[in-house]
Amino acid sequence: MNSNPTIPYTMRKVTLLLDDGTQFHGYSFGYERPVAGEVVFNTAMTGYPESLTDPSYAGQLMVLTYPLVGNYGVPPFTIEDNQLATFMESERIHASAIIVSDYSTEYSHWNAVESLADWLQREMVPGITGIDTRELTKVLREHGVMMGKILFDDEPDNIPTAEYEGVNFIEKVSCQGILRYNEGAAKRVLLVDCGVKQNIIRCLLRRGVEVVRVPWNYDFTDMDYDGLFLANGPGDPDTAADTVAHIQLAMQKHPERPIFGICMGNQLLAKAGGASIYKLKYGHRSHNQPVQQVGTNRCFITSQNHGYAVDSSTLGQEWEPLFVNMNDGSNEGIRHKSRPWFSVQFHPEAASGPVDTEFLFDDFVSLL
Amino acid sequence: MIDPNIKKVLLLGSGALKIGEAGEFDYSGSQALKALREEGIQTILINPNIATVQTSEGVADQIYFLPVTPYFVERVIEKERPQGILLAFGGQTALNCGVQLYENGVLERYGVQVLGTPVQAIIDTEDRELFVRRLDEIGVKTIKSEACDNIEAARAAASRLGYPVIIRAAYALGGLGSGFCDNEDELNKIAEKAFSFSPQVLVEKSLKGWKEIEYEVVRDRYDNCITVCNMENFDPLGIHTGESIVIAPSQTLTNSEYHKLRSLAIRIIRHIGIVGECNVQYAFDPQSEDYRVIEVNARLSRSSALASKATGYPLAFVAAKLGLGYGLFELKNSVTKTTSAFFEPALDYVVCKIPRWDLGKFRGVDRELGSSMKSVGEVMAIGRTFEESIQKGLRMIGQGLHGFVGNKELEIDDIDASLKAPTDKRVLIIEKALAQGYTIDQIHQLTKIDRWFLQKLQNIRRTYVALQQAGSLDAVGEELMRRAKVEGFTDFQIARAIGLEAQLGDSDQALRQVRQYRKQMGIVPYVKQIDTLAAEYPAQTNYLYLTYAGCAHDIDFTQHQQHQSAFSVINDWAAINKKSVIVLGSGAYRIGSSVEFDWCGVQALNTIREQGYRSVMINYNPETVSTDYDMCDRLYFDELTFERVMDIVELEQPHGVIVSTGGQIPNNLAMRLDAEQVPILGTSATSIDNAEDRDKFSSLCDRIGVDQPAWAALTSMDDIHAFIQKVGFPVLVRPSYVLSGAAMNVCSNEDELTRFLQLAANVSKKHPVVVSKFHENNKEIEMDAVAQNGDIIAYAISEHIEYAGVHSGDATIQFPPQKIYIETVRQIKKVSRKIAKELNISGPFNIQFLAEQNHLRVIECNLRASRSFPFVSKVLKLNLIELATRVMLGLPVERPAENLFDLDYVGIKASQFSFNRLQKADPVLGVDMSSTGEVGCLGDDTRSALLLSMLSVGHRIPKKTVLLSTGTAKQKAEMLDAAHTLVNHGYEIYATGGTAKYLSDNGIPNTMVHWPSDEGQQPQALDLLHQHKIDMVVNIPKNLTSHELTNGYKIRRAAIDLNIPLITNPRLASTFIDAFCNLSLDDIPVKAWGEY
Repeated sequence: MNSNPTIPYTMRKVTLLLDDGTQFHGYSFGYERPVAGEVVFNTAMTGYPESLTDPSYAGQLMVLTYPLVGNYGVPPFTIEDNQLATFMESERIHASAIIVSDYSTEYSHWNAVESLADWLQREMVPGITGIDTRELTKVLREHGVMMGKILFDDEPDNIPTAEYEGVNFIEKVSCQGILRYNEGAAKRVLLVDCGVKQNIIRCLLRRGVEVVRVPWNYDFTDMDYDGLFLANGPGDPDTAADTVAHIQLAMQKHPERPIFGICMGNQLLAKAGGASIYKLKYGHRSHNQPVQQVGTNRCFITSQNHGYAVDSSTLGQEWEPLFVNMNDGSNEGIRHKSRPWFSVQFHPEAASGPVDTEFLFDDFVSLL
Repeated sequence: MIDPNIKKVLLLGSGALKIGEAGEFDYSGSQALKALREEGIQTILINPNIATVQTSEGVADQIYFLPVTPYFVERVIEKERPQGILLAFGGQTALNCGVQLYENGVLERYGVQVLGTPVQAIIDTEDRELFVRRLDEIGVKTIKSEACDNIEAARAAASRLGYPVIIRAAYALGGLGSGFCDNEDELNKIAEKAFSFSPQVLVEKSLKGWKEIEYEVVRDRYDNCITVCNMENFDPLGIHTGESIVIAPSQTLTNSEYHKLRSLAIRIIRHIGIVGECNVQYAFDPQSEDYRVIEVNARLSRSSALASKATGYPLAFVAAKLGLGYGLFELKNSVTKTTSAFFEPALDYVVCKIPRWDLGKFRGVDRELGSSMKSVGEVMAIGRTFEESIQKGLRMIGQGLHGFVGNKELEIDDIDASLKAPTDKRVLIIEKALAQGYTIDQIHQLTKIDRWFLQKLQNIRRTYVALQQAGSLDAVGEELMRRAKVEGFTDFQIARAIGLEAQLGDSDQALRQVRQYRKQMGIVPYVKQIDTLAAEYPAQTNYLYLTYAGCAHDIDFTQHQQHQSAFSVINDWAAINKKSVIVLGSGAYRIGSSVEFDWCGVQALNTIREQGYRSVMINYNPETVSTDYDMCDRLYFDELTFERVMDIVELEQPHGVIVSTGGQIPNNLAMRLDAEQVPILGTSATSIDNAEDRDKFSSLCDRIGVDQPAWAALTSMDDIHAFIQKVGFPVLVRPSYVLSGAAMNVCSNEDELTRFLQLAANVSKKHPVVVSKFHENNKEIEMDAVAQNGDIIAYAISEHIEYAGVHSGDATIQFPPQKIYIETVRQIKKVSRKIAKELNISGPFNIQFLAEQNHLRVIECNLRASRSFPFVSKVLKLNLIELATRVMLGLPVERPAENLFDLDYVGIKASQFSFNRLQKADPVLGVDMSSTGEVGCLGDDTRSALLLSMLSVGHRIPKKTVLLSTGTAKQKAEMLDAAHTLVNHGYEIYATGGTAKYLSDNGIPNTMVHWPSDEGQQPQALDLLHQHKIDMVVNIPKNLTSHELTNGYKIRRAAIDLNIPLITNPRLASTFIDAFCNLSLDDIPVKAWGEY
């Protein structure tokens, strides 16, 4: 459609329509198809290839507050021998759309093979530019997360409003069967895939363990493993009741085996331990979330992407908060007082974001 | 928690502004002092830079206007006995001084604790060999360099590493004495110079063409680390970061690259043990993820000031608190006020820093950019597209650019060569290349600038062409108009592109038409906040900028807009709770306008705030205190163009605008703002014009019977000759409407006149050349004053030590005057009163006088604060700007008591030159200003004040030998007493031909040395300099003939390059010699400002 992609005004005009009626006008640079989803923002200044392929963004229209996007193009979608992508966080784009302020029609990077626009079009994902993403973020911030639609101005609005809460996105992004990595290593980690980012698997493999990746609702409790890993994933933690039940069973059967969870994994572990979860007014989606380890002076900058949080006040007697968010005081991790079980709400595997808490993988592996 | 034993802390300032060390340290020092005072800690400041905000009343508890040298700092420590000292806030000057105090045991002797980063960590980062070793310990790659103690070793190292290599002087700031060498010849030259600054020189492999990336890193004593900001240089490695356009955050790094460098930075800072702030500079391979650490600055820096302004994170303030022992988690984010200081700002805009050069002011200077810094200032532009940001920035540097496109045609013979060897015109040459059809790849190959930046620049060019093709306003559709504005085009650029400017023949009218047209389309800029967290949480921040890439304001202006029609009905303003008063800032620091106007702006803001108005600042210089969002109620970090000021005025609907505290930039806007009915506070725009316009001012002088040097505005050589026939040589030749005398010169004969006019022809084509009679051997006297309704309320008369002919910005000034007739003073007051009355001045103003015996002539009159306002205000202990602001706000003011002007001490303001940075420039002073900064010191008498101020600007008392070349017969005679004094005090005099003979004839023993032109004859002046046998050079140019200039030039330049103190004015030389011969430093009492 765009014979000359460098001239923005040849792009088709689009409107982002939010549930509360607010409209933002811009131009399409991605796949040309109207789309609906939950509109969420992310204040990270780098990492659009990683974020777009992060399964946690399934069903979401991702707004980037950093205005200049597409600058360094997109790296090749190569797959390593271990079946993991070299540069991406999963096998495809999971976000439903990307919304930016100033898409860079030309890119420059030694490792780029295509532009963001080409990639979006190839994977049939809409992308829009020319949006005041700061103003949009303020609207989302005040309203809480909202449903929205991207509509083409020259087409009638004929798509239904998206649903998010209560929808089981985990089911949509989890693996279908059991996958094994680095078979035969001395220690085996069983990873429950609620929508795992591949860098989590990379972080584990780098530490020399075998990873057995099972679907989110698979009953792994009788499998042979040294440690249990609860992965990140999209959506509402209440939709993963099966997983919570398996975790509870595993805790009973193998109380000595270490458990480590990230993001959704933190929420599921908390639920398994009896705590409750609530939806945050302002979700954490950025690379600059400060957390403090409870009872210490140790603070870390973390990468985060979540809309739900563990209610620390509902933690059972046996549990205690491990990290706390320094901005809003919300829970950022929990641990069992006597068992080797802990989890964090942030992303120590980063990709994208700061890598300051990667040591948690060391902590976990050393417990195995 | 903090150490309760620390009750009194000494902070070292950075002294005079110089290239490589400028206003950023006023900002960081002021922030640190604020952080300490908040804790109830008593603060002592040593900084001779009297024009700074940090040396103002109430910023520190005790202020010493003394040289930041170990000798004086030790004496202050002895007197004040502080428990702690801060070394990281005064640039390399403070750091070097601190390291010396540590090494010579002074700090230990007096039990002074270095707060923040330990001295050993500083030494680890400063000593190249130690630095490499420390980073090797943790496997971090550095640029391997070989430290050499002599030139043979340097040559050997270079051949081992293979050319090209880079030479650096150890312990030098801003790349002083460093350079690239492609071969041994070049190495010989550069290494010699580097050795003159430092006993150690580093030879390293050059990585020209790599990207240059910086991180600002903070660490507390609990080992918590954050990186506040990263920045990417537009120009590749090889161009000093102070010479490069710098972008924040980085634009071409992927997530993996960004975080790879980020975690390296944290590992480094932990290993070295920084407590506070530091920056880490990387060279980064554009073809892989390979990197080298270039350097770590274990102190606040230009980059940290920029990062603070770019993000809203106050690095210096936080670093000072961490130095006291706080953890980051114990401090608050000063923007949000609720969240913690342990966080990393998320930006939702792009920032461009662009350097400002003033190379045109120097005779013979090398314009090529390289590894040593030459720029004198910088600007920071904020936008939501790169195009918007860089176009704003290019306008902000104030060198006549309208943005990236739409500028005056640049004449370049060889574009390829100019792209390869960048100069201060680099960006313009890229534009020219694009216009001539060069591809992005071609330009990239020649410049090594990342293609992404070039692509963005090409977008601007494409839009310009699209506008040109539109050809008329009606043909510019809404989309194109919006695109142009989003890409940072001004209404003027659009008017020029579509040919409207040419068609109307009036740029003002053309841009007004564009403005009206696009406003009808609803295309207006929006005000956005800088909130450190990209709108993730609500933040109450007053730090603002404007952008066209948006659809809503972050600020609610509706309250103001209810009164939109109220311009004409001033009385209505009382109805609004809080009315804005806008102060226009001074823009980029440049020669002729720097920190002194920042001080003026800050004083005005303080007064406005105290009076219950909303204080609003518009400025864009990241080095300043006035752009600290704590200093005002609203800070618009944006352009000072007519267009942008009007945008803001329309939103703010202010009570008034102050144009008289920001130097010439706001002053020049007065008439145009007035024409739009913007309420200008204080002296009317018409009066400003009557003083600025030479014709109008002359007829005013005639009317009130005040003499002026004869002058005429002339358009042809014939007219010029006829005029000179009448008044005689020498004459002063210059263009109109200038601040610091750009392109003006004294011509003593026909030959000089012709030569100069050829050089200046380019400037004078459109405007007539102004020629005026130059009166030799006249005293120059300044009147700084504040008037109310034409009545002078307070004044300060100060006297130049040099005779007229040295630009007032370069002259050494004493206040109160020490050697002028009482009769002269009486006349000055009388004339000033007449002028104030005639122009009905309400606010600050300055008049410059020439005195020939008791005959007075007026040189010029500025109806705004002048450069010397902070100096005279602080010496007088009467804040003239506060007084002027009260006048401008229409408040009652009390006339200060007469006896206030009767001081029993002296203040002397001396100028700081940065010739050592400006390769090849002739360090001679003239009517064109060339100093980059100044100091002001107090003393009980002239001698002590002068000695302190000369030492503060880098002069040293010579140990044994002085080389004299004392110019014309008259000047030789003038210097005779000084020569006697030198000999009487045991100095050995070396003198060039004529001077030697004259001295011998007058019975003064001396050794004759030969000029460089006397080849082969011994002893050669240059040899003695190179052998470091001379401790001080006095070289007074006789005239401007090329022979004289070349000979003298070689000696002057050698003195500068070899770091030997140089004086080129006979009166200053005599005064200085008299002072250091007759007064011992130990006899100068160490007195704080408050003790005078």
